[in-house]
This record gives sequence, structure tokens and C-alpha cells, in this order.
Amino acid sequence: MRAGILKEREGSIAIKGAGTGSVSCGRDSVSGAVSQRACVFCGARVVLNPITDAFHLVHGPIGCASYTWDIRGSLSSGPELYRRSFSTDLRERDVVFGGVDRLRAAVSEIAERERPPVVFIYSTCLVGVIGDDVEAVCREAESRYGIRVVNVKAPGFAGHKAMGYRLACEAIMDVISRDPEIPRRREGINILGDYNLAGEAWMVAGYFREMGVPVVSTFTGDSTFASLRRSPGARLNVVQCAGSMTHLARSMEDGFGIPFVKASFFGLADTRSALLNVADLLGSGEVRRRALSLARRESRRAERAVAPYLPGLRGKKAAIFVGGGFKAISLIRQFRELGMETVLVGTQTGTSGDYEVIQSLVSPGTVVLDDANPAELEAFMREKGADILVGGVKERPLAYKLGIAFCDHNHERRIPLSGFEGMVNFTREINLSVNSPVWRHLRGRAAPGGAWEA
Amino acid sequence: MLDLTPREICERKALRINPLKTCQPVGALYAALGVRRCMPHSHGSQGCVSYHRTFLTRHFKEPAVASSSSFTEGASVFGGGANLRASVKNIFDVYDPDVIAVHTTCLSETIGDDLNSYILEMEIPEGKLVVHCNTPSYVGSHVTGFASMVAGFVRYLADAGSPADGRVAVFPGFLNPGDLREYKRLLGLAGLPFIMLPDQTGVMDGPMTGSYEMFPEGGTTVDEIRALGGAREALAMGEFASTEPALALKGKCGVEARVMPLPIGVRATDGFVAALSGISGRPVPRELEEERGRLVDLMLDANPYYYGKRCSVFGDPDTVLGITSLALELGMVPVHVVTGTPGEAFERKARALLEPFGALEGARVKAAGDLFDLHQWIKNDGTDLLIGTSYGKQIAKAEDLPFVRAGFPVLDRYGHSYRPIIGYRGGLALATDIADAIMDRIDRDCADEDLEVVM
Repeated sequence: MRAGILKEREGSIAIKGAGTGSVSCGRDSVSGAVSQRACVFCGARVVLNPITDAFHLVHGPIGCASYTWDIRGSLSSGPELYRRSFSTDLRERDVVFGGVDRLRAAVSEIAERERPPVVFIYSTCLVGVIGDDVEAVCREAESRYGIRVVNVKAPGFAGHKAMGYRLACEAIMDVISRDPEIPRRREGINILGDYNLAGEAWMVAGYFREMGVPVVSTFTGDSTFASLRRSPGARLNVVQCAGSMTHLARSMEDGFGIPFVKASFFGLADTRSALLNVADLLGSGEVRRRALSLARRESRRAERAVAPYLPGLRGKKAAIFVGGGFKAISLIRQFRELGMETVLVGTQTGTSGDYEVIQSLVSPGTVVLDDANPAELEAFMREKGADILVGGVKERPLAYKLGIAFCDHNHERRIPLSGFEGMVNFTREINLSVNSPVWRHLRGRAAPGGAWEA
Repeated sequence: MLDLTPREICERKALRINPLKTCQPVGALYAALGVRRCMPHSHGSQGCVSYHRTFLTRHFKEPAVASSSSFTEGASVFGGGANLRASVKNIFDVYDPDVIAVHTTCLSETIGDDLNSYILEMEIPEGKLVVHCNTPSYVGSHVTGFASMVAGFVRYLADAGSPADGRVAVFPGFLNPGDLREYKRLLGLAGLPFIMLPDQTGVMDGPMTGSYEMFPEGGTTVDEIRALGGAREALAMGEFASTEPALALKGKCGVEARVMPLPIGVRATDGFVAALSGISGRPVPRELEEERGRLVDLMLDANPYYYGKRCSVFGDPDTVLGITSLALELGMVPVHVVTGTPGEAFERKARALLEPFGALEGARVKAAGDLFDLHQWIKNDGTDLLIGTSYGKQIAKAEDLPFVRAGFPVLDRYGHSYRPIIGYRGGLALATDIADAIMDRIDRDCADEDLEVVM
């Protein structure tokens, strides 16, 4: 056993070409581990929060609301309500006597003043334990105010983040499946699992518009109650962040007969094949022709923009630690497009299927791990000599401390990284960090042997 | 458009909008990071600690390490004792800290986990320590959680039998490493040996070395915490963050404490410096007299720009009181003084600051408030300047107000955690920032022909 690695964690770590090669995943985090993983509430919140005209009311003590206030870079083309933080801020008294009165009062303060189309009530750990009948409050408010009030029962202890994704999908299904307005002639697509970070959903929707494919709704980036309600009228669901949205795609397939296809818009190759796949599934030669010409044109443009950076990136080693397996897979391919090698891949919520694909893509010796902690990331990044880490906010200072470059690929980034333009931005970001002049000041890395630079 | 706050002040009894506080555990976690080779441990769901670490990382731009009991459904029904035992074993086995500092959460408190007996009954390896504090998220705020964790260390570890070695105990308050370094400098200038608890310098302002240490060389040592029991006196800085540990130290070891405001601004720093001089029996060093003189000199030079400006101060209670005090000394009029942390004492103290300056009338002072309150007040009363945490930026943008960032958290700017706001030097920095903000605005708004190079 290596230093810093819990025995219970060994099954969650694989090195390609050694041992069984399988990665045990989806397990509860080990008690006492410094896990990077978030909770059920977090999963539900990040998926639903980009619905821009909804009231997102966190029913619990203040922390859960504070930590999730305005944390995503999800952009809106209209309402900004989702960027406000609403909570019941439960106090000791509520824990003793129950939080229902306060919740009911909070809902009425919202409903009487604002009449929003929909209120999501997130029930946190505490509510799960004190046993508030949140459902009853929802039903009462719906009949009293004529708005939708949806209980997202998301106590943190009920599993990890992926369980929260599932709950969010169920909440969305609840919103769209009551008296769905399904037009006789279905048209267009929904984009699932795009949170419009830095306007990414707008870019992707732009491609489809050019192909002549209308986008009915995005889930959930830049969505509104009305746009979600229109979604059952689409012909196809295109699922991007598969980890968070496959459950919804399946439900919509069962409920409305809408088939779905998984698609990734990270990297040129994935973006091209995503667009062509959708064109094929929609079965129109004209759409396919337009997709091809768009893909050719934009790929060429992106390749030209990326070319100057390639010599400085070739042969560099990348470590990936992201939320979902699907994104990790895309990133491995993307690094390959840049001539870089991936030496470590980890996810918070990857499935065994994801890990199989990851294993098939990476070179021998690559470390693959589920639900990693900082000690593991450190040990393996060092061992593998990673030059850059792609991860989220908690990993950034860790990478920097190790003298490793960093690229933020999490939900608070401000730069679009998907699609053709995204590939260019991604390359710039990687280059900016890997080849930053700041590394010259770091003794022991840029200056060989750790000597003081003259 | 980010402005969704209506002008008309609405009565709210249940709804919290745009909070100005967060929950106790994150404060406890930050406090525990100020003890050498200590693993902060959250006894609750795994999401809590993930949020807290992220939150601290966003402010300090540093890794913030902490572990979790990772409650599952079963633990929340049958109690978290087994999770805690497994955690403690795993943490000592793998991460090998000297101390584990456990704090509770809303979940473990509500199901009634008894940490005292869990810790008493568990096997702890020779030479290792486990301490705890109770931080239910539905009580107080991150500031009270911080106070509880510091008090927890004192209760578990301070040793009444420690020899009286003449050191002063310093509870610095909920501040940045930059402030803690400034305390140390002031104490050094005063020639006073001291023990500071907690001390996040070296941990949350770690230098770039090319290596990552889970437990960097920083923080108060266990031996130092034990020796607090023999301290000649305790200086508890900031009533909200430091009263509880001061009482704990007095209760356990009989060490007398002075609870003082954070040394922000001239008067409060004078009080701190005078206390140091009183304890040491030596006059205030010349160097400090000169620093004070430089701060007063700046205040005088820039006086026309400060004078009569209305400002809105928001954030954590001790910090807000300190900044309010400085603002008054600068000749400004704090019209809004608000904290999210509950506690009537805040309102009383804020009024007591405003009163002698004749600034009480028309001022709005509130504890347990939120940024929605503040925004509504600003819409009704107007203000010239916002001083507070990053969460004020939406108001600043919506109302087009100059904005000085200070306090916790600052999530959208760099370098703040290195820079003190306490002491005369801190006052100099803050007063400079305030003048910059006001004068940048004058430059921005003036007609071309009025633009002055010399101001």
C-alpha cells in the first residue's frame, strides 16, 4: 500500500496493464476519507439551479443555501431569479417544533409577492431527520396559489451526488409530465445536460440552428418553466452530461416516446460526430449535408487557431479529475487531439461502464481512480509526472502547490469549453497554464536541481 | 440585470434572501486548520465538508483539508458512533495527524450523537488526540462555530497545571492569515511572549514550494495549547469570535481574560497596543507610535474625501464593528451596519460606536440580517460606499456604488488574505482602499474639464 492510500480505497484505483484493471465505483465514501465528493443535495441543486425563472428554496439551516448561492456560471437570456438565494434558514426552535410552519410561511411570502411559475423546495439532511411533511406544504401551496411547487427530497446522507442528479431528473419529469402539451407534429431536439456554462448551450444550439434543427428546450441551462414544458414536443433528446441526465432521457423515452442519443461537444472529433449522429437520427439528407459543411468549416477554423499552440503542448502529460465519467472520456480524446498524453483519470461519480471505456482509451500505466482524495491525487500526479490537472475548485490550489498547471473544467468556469470554439479556448487555457512564465520562478521545477536562479 | 430587489420594504418572517452568514461547521473547520498537524473532521454527511473545503479554498486560494464521517441513511437512523470510530481509525492510519478536531453538523446533532461519550469510549492511538465541539448548523453562524472550536481545543487540552511562563494567550478572532501575522508583529514589537490560538499562518497562506503538505508547518502546537493554562492573561480579540474560548480558559485554568474589539482603526488599535504595554510594563515602542502617526497623517491628508460620506458596512460581526469604527474615525457616516450572525449584542455595540459621533439618527443597524435587507435599505436611503464581503458585488453593480472588499469571504479578488486590516498598518491599507474607491468614482463621474491630476 502506498502512503496516503486507505486500504478500503484500493479497489477504487486501477493502473492500466496491472492487476484486474476494474475500478470499483458508486460506493459510499469511506468514513474518515478526505473525499472530494459532494452530496445528494448538491447534485440536485446543480442540475435544477439553472432553471432561470424558478424559485429555488432551500429548506434547511443556512449553510446549504449559502454554499450554493450563485455558484454556477450558467447564463440566462432572460430571468435572473435563479441567481438569488432563498432559504428557510432553520433555527433551533424549528428543529424542536418542526420546520413546516416556517416553510409554509416562506412559500407564501414567495407566492403572494411574486407568483413564480414554479418553486423547487430542496429538503436537506435536517429536514430528512425531523420529518417535516414537505409534500403536504407543496400540495397546499399548489392549490392555494395555482403554481407548481415541487419537493426535491434531497437529504445529503441518502447517497452521493449522482443520487441528487436522479432526484433532479425526477423533479423535472414531475414538472413536464403533468398535462404535457405534446403537439401532433413533433419537431426539433432537446439538449439535455448542458448547463449553459459561459453560454455553451447557446453555441451548441447555434450549430443545430444552422443545421436546420430547432432546439425546443435545453436542460437546464437557460431554461424556463415554459421552455421545459414545451420539451415533450421534441423528436429527439441529445444528452450531453450523461451522468446527470441519462435518467431524465430514459424517463422521457418511456413517458413521451422521445428517443435519446448521447453526445459530447468537448473536442473537435466528438463535436463533429455528435452533430453528424444527430443529423443521421433525424433522417434528413439536408440536415446531414449542412452538418457536414458546418463541421468542416468550423473544424478547419479551430484547427488553424489551435495550431500555433501545439508545439508547446506536444508530449505534455495530463491528469483529469472531474465529476462525471462521460466528461473524462471526452477530455482524454481532447488531450490526444493536442498531442498530449493522459496519465491519470479520476471522477467523482463515474459508472463502471464509464470506467471500462476510460480503460480502453488510455495507455498502459495510466492510473484510473474513483472518488479520489487529495493524497491520492498528489501521489499519482507526482509519480506520473503530470504537467497539468483538469479539475474543479478544490483541486486548483493542490495542483498549484505541486507546481502543476491547472485548467478549470468545473461548473463555475467562465470560458466556454464546448464545441469548436470551445476547443480553441481549451487549448488556450491549457497553454496559458502549462507555459505560464510564473513557473520560471518556482525553484526546483523550471530551475533544474532546485538551484536558485542567478 | 441583477437587480431583483424591490424598493418597497417587505415584511419577511420566514424567508431568508441572499444570506450574510453561513453555518457553524465551516467556522469550526477554519479554526481547526489553525492547529499544527490537525485534521478537521466533520461529523455529518459528506457533502458538508465538500462545501466547506470549497468555500475556504475560494476565499484563501489554498487547499483546505478536512475529513468526513460520511453519514449514510443507516447512520442517520442508528447514530453515527460507528462512523466516527471508523473515521478516527482511518484518519490516524492513513493521514497520521497529531490531532483530530471533530465538529458536529445539523444532522449529527439532531439525531442526538453524544460526541463526549463516543470520544471517551473510543480507542485512540498513543500520543494522538481527538477533540470536539458542537456546531449545529441551525444555531449561530460560521463565526460562533469558529468560537466553539477554539473553545473546544481549550477545554480538551489547556492544562491548568502548566507552569506560569509569562506568556500571554491571544485569541485573535476570525481573521485572515495576514491579520494574524500583523498581531504577531505587534506582539513582537511590544516584546511580549505569547501563544496564539488558532494560528492559520503557514497553513492558509502557504508559500509556493513545489510540494504539497497535507499538514504544513504552521498552526498552534498541542504543547502551546496545553501551556495556555499557565498564561498570565488572555486577550480575546473580537467579542463574537473570542469570548467563548476566553471563558473556557478562565473556567478551566482560571486565566483572566480581556475581551476587546478587533484592533481595526485608530482607537481599537490604541486599546490593543495599550493593553500590550500594560501587560509588559514597557512603554509603547517608538516604531508603533510612528505607525500610528502615519495612519493619522493619511486620515488628515485625505480627510476632505472621507468627510460626510455615507457608507454601508456588512459582514461578520467583529469585523463589521471594527470597520464601522474606522469609518467613523475617517469622518464617514455608517448609515447601514449589518451582520448575518444573530446576537443583540451586535446591535448594541454598533449603536454605542455610532452614538458619540452623532451618527445614530437615521442609521440602520441589524443583527441576523441579510443582503436583501441591505439592498432594500440602500434603495430607500442611498449610500456612497459599500464595505464588505464579495457577496455585496451584486448590490454594488445594481446600484452602481463604489465597493471596498474586506472581511470574509472575498471570493472574487486575490491577495486579500495576505493583507492585514488590523493594526495601524491594516488601518492604513483599508483607509487607502476607501479613499481609492471614493476618488476613482470622482474621476469616473466628473466632466473631462474637471479631471484633476492632483487631488
